[in-house]
Amino acid sequence: MRGGNTLKFGGREFRSRLIVGTGKYPDYPTMQKALEASGTEIVTVAVRRVNLDRKQESLLDYIDLKKYTLLPNTAGCYTAEEACTYARLAREVGMSDMVKLEVIGNQQTLFPDNEELLKATKILVKDGFTVLPYTNDDPVMAKKLEDAGAAVVMPLGAPIGSGLGIRNPHNILIILQAAQVPVIVDAGVGTASDAAIAMELGCDGVLMNTGIAGAKDPVKMAEAMRKAVDAGRLAYLAGRIPKKMYATASTTMEGMIE
Amino acid sequence: MEIRLNGKPREVTEGISIRRLLEELELHSMRVAVQVNMDIVKRDRYEEVLLQPGDTVEILTMMAGG
Repeated sequence: MRGGNTLKFGGREFRSRLIVGTGKYPDYPTMQKALEASGTEIVTVAVRRVNLDRKQESLLDYIDLKKYTLLPNTAGCYTAEEACTYARLAREVGMSDMVKLEVIGNQQTLFPDNEELLKATKILVKDGFTVLPYTNDDPVMAKKLEDAGAAVVMPLGAPIGSGLGIRNPHNILIILQAAQVPVIVDAGVGTASDAAIAMELGCDGVLMNTGIAGAKDPVKMAEAMRKAVDAGRLAYLAGRIPKKMYATASTTMEGMIE
Repeated sequence: MEIRLNGKPREVTEGISIRRLLEELELHSMRVAVQVNMDIVKRDRYEEVLLQPGDTVEILTMMAGG
């Protein structure tokens, strides 16, 4: 479901259109403050081996489950089979039946392997998951994922962690025109204007991690991102003026001294 | 007997249940998922699933991630 004042998918409804990752913060208290400042209602998490050698702080001590919905990812998975296993492990841990589905095809670019991604989407949809696939900015692939039952489609703005912004706004626009499910830009956002651009294009949300966690002051950047997402959405709804080649005076010539 | 636990060899009591293993590791109150020889073991089977020598056991939990 698209449009309206809220972000809706998988039978859930969120007021915030910003999804924030929990990785790479200097420490958990900073993460906690950044999540708060971002106004997010959905946070991404990963599934990894328990550390048996030393007692470690639990991430959950810093995430209020009454406030945030957990969105487990399948980061680091290179095949559909592996990604499906991680999604099921996340469900077993009791996180969620939602999954931010990542099937990576290349270690350097972290671009998705679309063939495996589509395969995993079909399997997990059939298995009752609410699937949020991370894909590239390809309108054909986005449609295929939607047809396979994905709850949203999440095209990348630029490579994960690159901070390069929305590299191909034109493709994102084409994806938006065809999509019946929410479109969330996932990856590539480096600063507030990148998030605003995504929202001005008409995206339903933005997902980011490094852009906030890697900033000099993650808490301030989280606040900036919240405002940028709100501003971008508002500008989209307001309807921008068309771009023109030449000037149009804002002040009338009428009433000037002859 | 020896099992492989999270990628490392580990000595455990013969025929130990998953539930008992989690208790010994002080993980019983934590939200975890358990995989034995690549198969996920559902929580309601922790008592009845007994480990065999050489089993590969993975205990996973939620971590920070993007």
